[in-house]
Amino acid sequence: MSTETRQQLNRREFLSFLSVGWITFTAACAGLGSMAFRFSYPNVNFEPEMEFLAGKPEDYEEGVDERWKNGFGVWMVKQEGKLVALSNICTHLGCIPSWLPAELKFKCPCHGSGYYPSGINFEGPAPRPLERYAISLTPEGLIKVDKTKIFRHEKGQWELASSFLEV
Amino acid sequence: MKELINWLAEPIRSFPIFTILFILMLKYYKVIGTKKFGWGALIASIPVVAWFAADPNFIKIILWPDNIPINILIVLVSFFTWLTLYKCAENDNRLEAGEVPVEAMPENREKVWSWPNLVYTELFAIIACTVFLIAWAIIFKAPLEEPANPTWAPNPAKAPWYFLGLQEMLVYFDPWMAGVVLPGLIVVGLIAIPYIDTNPKGNGYYTFSERKMAISSFLFGWLVLWVYLIIVGTFLRGPNWTFYGPFEFWDFHKVEAMYNINLSEYIWIKMLNTPMPGNLVMREIFGIILTIFYVGALPVMIARTNFGQKLIEKSGQIRFYIFIFLALGMTSLPIKMVLRWLIDLKYIIALPEWELNL
Repeated sequence: MSTETRQQLNRREFLSFLSVGWITFTAACAGLGSMAFRFSYPNVNFEPEMEFLAGKPEDYEEGVDERWKNGFGVWMVKQEGKLVALSNICTHLGCIPSWLPAELKFKCPCHGSGYYPSGINFEGPAPRPLERYAISLTPEGLIKVDKTKIFRHEKGQWELASSFLEV
Repeated sequence: MKELINWLAEPIRSFPIFTILFILMLKYYKVIGTKKFGWGALIASIPVVAWFAADPNFIKIILWPDNIPINILIVLVSFFTWLTLYKCAENDNRLEAGEVPVEAMPENREKVWSWPNLVYTELFAIIACTVFLIAWAIIFKAPLEEPANPTWAPNPAKAPWYFLGLQEMLVYFDPWMAGVVLPGLIVVGLIAIPYIDTNPKGNGYYTFSERKMAISSFLFGWLVLWVYLIIVGTFLRGPNWTFYGPFEFWDFHKVEAMYNINLSEYIWIKMLNTPMPGNLVMREIFGIILTIFYVGALPVMIARTNFGQKLIEKSGQIRFYIFIFLALGMTSLPIKMVLRWLIDLKYIIALPEWELNL
């Protein structure tokens, strides 16, 4: 019996093989899973900055200004002595409306929502006006737009001081 | 003539026309479901299609690579709808004459083995599909555009073709309704069909006369509410999601006079001539009452009618109420569309403060 080569594993050996194998398998799965998870995030982030300086109040003429639209997603609108930073995200389903200078309105290409230059919705399915971003003057006299703070008209937040600049 | 078709194609006119055609189709299904009618319609459609295709604006929309699947879809849907009606008409005529349906005749009841009969058919279907897709991929280039930019959207921005019906629905609803609730109801409703509809008639053979309700309500949802909306969303919506007739040039500057108002504004400001109340629930009270009436009281009222009594007798209370609820969900779409076209209604309940709009 003792000289005979054993063909079978005993219980202890079997369990240790099993645990090593199982731990290796779990580790491989976890590694693969975490790599797959990492893969779903972009390597470079092209999201626009959440805060930016937008020049001096004198730079803007009456009406809608599109210079920050492609870089930061903001329309600067000067109307009735107020300068506001208007979000360019449609309040219906989050498409990007276009500014139609001839028709004097923002018009969404996805479901046809329309907004006045002031941001108030008047046509299509948009349930509420475009949002305003916080706007303020730095000590140097430059306009600072802060996109982390939003002001919604239907909640009465357009009356708040930091939602517009007096010009 | 082309102007007339452009005018007729506008949803406010084409939707009722399409609905009436659908009802006529079901009413005269025995006329439509004949080979004579099928061939006649095919031959008659050739010069019409040729005349349509001679128009440069029309052919441009039709041959846009994104839109080819819809062309195929229209042809296939018309053919299979006709085929169904043909088989239904054939069987219904036999049933009236006291014979068994075609599918129940002895020579059609013979059984075969799935190997090789079914497996070979599937193999050939796989090969044919692959060949078709490869040929398509070679002939029509993918309409790729520039890299995605979060601050810019193409104009018009269109969903994939199979979602264009949904996108067209979104024009009339809040995203929560048309994007989550209604699609959810469609999926749940389709899953629920075998549990709601326990009528054994029509199992294994085509018939219309024995299953009028089931077939008409399903086909209404499929043909009028889904396929029609896909066609509108694909061919008739141009820049800014404005409506364009089939022969109309997609002029970027076409202006549509539209001014949508909520039900609350209609009632408080226009009818009662008072400012809107500050309290949100008070402001939307009429819409809330209407909605509660629509989903709560209307099913009970339908249950009291003759039609409701008959349905309850056949299927039982619970099945009846689930069916009526799903059917009301389906009819809310045409109701909302018609209200938008007729009185420019935006939302029945408008509570953007709570992200709740119906």
